[in-house]
Amino acid sequence: MERTEIRITGFGGQGVVLIGYIIGRAWSVHAGGHATMIQSFGPEARGSACSATLALSDREVLYPYVRRTDILVAMSSEGCEKYVGELKDGGLLIHESDLVAPAVRPGQRACGVPSTRIAEALGRRLVQNIVMLGFFAGVTRLVPLEAMREAVRLSVPAGTEELNLKAFDQGLAHAETAASAPSLEGVKP
Amino acid sequence: MKADPRGVLTGTHYLDGDFACGEGAMAAGCRFVAGYPITPSTEVVERIGRRFPMMGGTFIQMEDELASMAAVVGASWSGTKCMTVTSGPGFSLMMENIGLAAMMETPCVVVNVQRAGPSTGLPTMVGQADMMQARWGSHGDYALIAVCPRSPQEAFDLTIHAFNLSERYRVPVLVMMDECVGHMTEKVVIPPAAEIEVVPRRLTARPPAEFLPYQTNGSLVPEFARAGDGFRFHTTGLTHDERGYPVMTPECQAKSVRRLLDKIRLNAGEIARVEEEDTGGADVVVVSYGITSRVARLGVGLARERGVKVGTLRLVVAWPFPEARIRELAARVKAFVVPEINMGQMVLEVERCAAGKAAVVSVPHAGGNVHDPEAICQAILGAAR
Repeated sequence: MERTEIRITGFGGQGVVLIGYIIGRAWSVHAGGHATMIQSFGPEARGSACSATLALSDREVLYPYVRRTDILVAMSSEGCEKYVGELKDGGLLIHESDLVAPAVRPGQRACGVPSTRIAEALGRRLVQNIVMLGFFAGVTRLVPLEAMREAVRLSVPAGTEELNLKAFDQGLAHAETAASAPSLEGVKP
Repeated sequence: MKADPRGVLTGTHYLDGDFACGEGAMAAGCRFVAGYPITPSTEVVERIGRRFPMMGGTFIQMEDELASMAAVVGASWSGTKCMTVTSGPGFSLMMENIGLAAMMETPCVVVNVQRAGPSTGLPTMVGQADMMQARWGSHGDYALIAVCPRSPQEAFDLTIHAFNLSERYRVPVLVMMDECVGHMTEKVVIPPAAEIEVVPRRLTARPPAEFLPYQTNGSLVPEFARAGDGFRFHTTGLTHDERGYPVMTPECQAKSVRRLLDKIRLNAGEIARVEEEDTGGADVVVVSYGITSRVARLGVGLARERGVKVGTLRLVVAWPFPEARIRELAARVKAFVVPEINMGQMVLEVERCAAGKAAVVSVPHAGGNVHDPEAICQAILGAAR
């Protein structure tokens, strides 16, 4: 994989950092690549838009921050508004479709998933982020699914693995419905 | 000797630099940490606080950084490997007792996850501006060691190395991390305990009646006696003789201070550690450390595309400074380029060692972000002209 820059954003408490952590862990620990995650720190972590960034690559990541994101995952409209400007031309916006109105520029793509509703149907709104993660995995196919599942299993609290893997699979299934899965061509640099 | 397996979380992890530093300390055998948590170093003590009970370690959240450093100095005299963790404002408050540790020859590790200063500065954002303070922050003449990790993996590896150096030379060793490395999450491989070499406290074999705490018998580092083992001796921050008792004479002062410096100076060849790439035949050498060494490689790549013969030298150990190596290179390169996230600190050392034989170009950054690789490239191109 060439360097791929990802930003995940949402409200503090939506599990933004855990999504970044799992993607990075899956790619670097379970799929043999390099992944550098940076979480945002500061006043924005307390309630409003918070974010985590990832640089994934086959080679060592030398520059730790993202500059022109290839993929923006937005779980709140505030976060989306704050960061959509850095999404590169031809970039992909993945969003919580009930919470975020996708405002992308021409040439950029957007696809959404009602991850909160899906999580509520599973009985725990808390796993909304893992539904989103499954959707991300299915839409982008950047990281092998088995590596993602392994990272989910090892990163969630003990005793919740089954529920979280179910949430992951529901998000993945949503991505596989033709309507919501745009081509990724051109997203990867 | 090999590491105590209770402190070693063997496996392949995805950890931030702070957590990895904490894991390095525990793997090295650290069992006492006193600290006053401060951003961006808090996660180091969070990790240790959570894991210490499983290995019989003690973490105390102290009332401030003065007390934290004092507790570390005291605890070390029980023979326990000790550490404190802080960032800029707390590092300033620790200076007096870092000097005490140096004077009493107390093995200990101090982690400074550097944020941008001065004063409270940018608490959550990167800086590398405590490098001179690390060397000169406490009053008087003394020497110590400072290491600069470039990644979470190195935060683990170099924290172990820091403990080993502090035991070998009986000095405070500083882990001069930066916020970017501290808050960056990457893959960290922790080997099995049997593959981790740790240096134990060098306890004296002499019977208590024959033991003098600062007798070195021709070596530069005295043997150690633990408090509580029946040795009755005195140790102090005042200038002292081999018995550890204050002696207020210029002769004793000269002898004591010279040895404090000599044990690092004369072993600098062994302690100083750099990592070089393509310095043979280079016209320009980029000298950097910590996160800046990674960004610098991008600048180097850009300059190479434009035809400049450029090599890199990374300070893995910043103090003692690799004087001999910089002097050698200065005799045959055109220029050094020194990017760092401060307004020009380690560049002064490069300049001193280059002694006019090669040009030295500073690439300063006030902090809050890493360098733009293009700015480093431009400095290289300018230096190569």
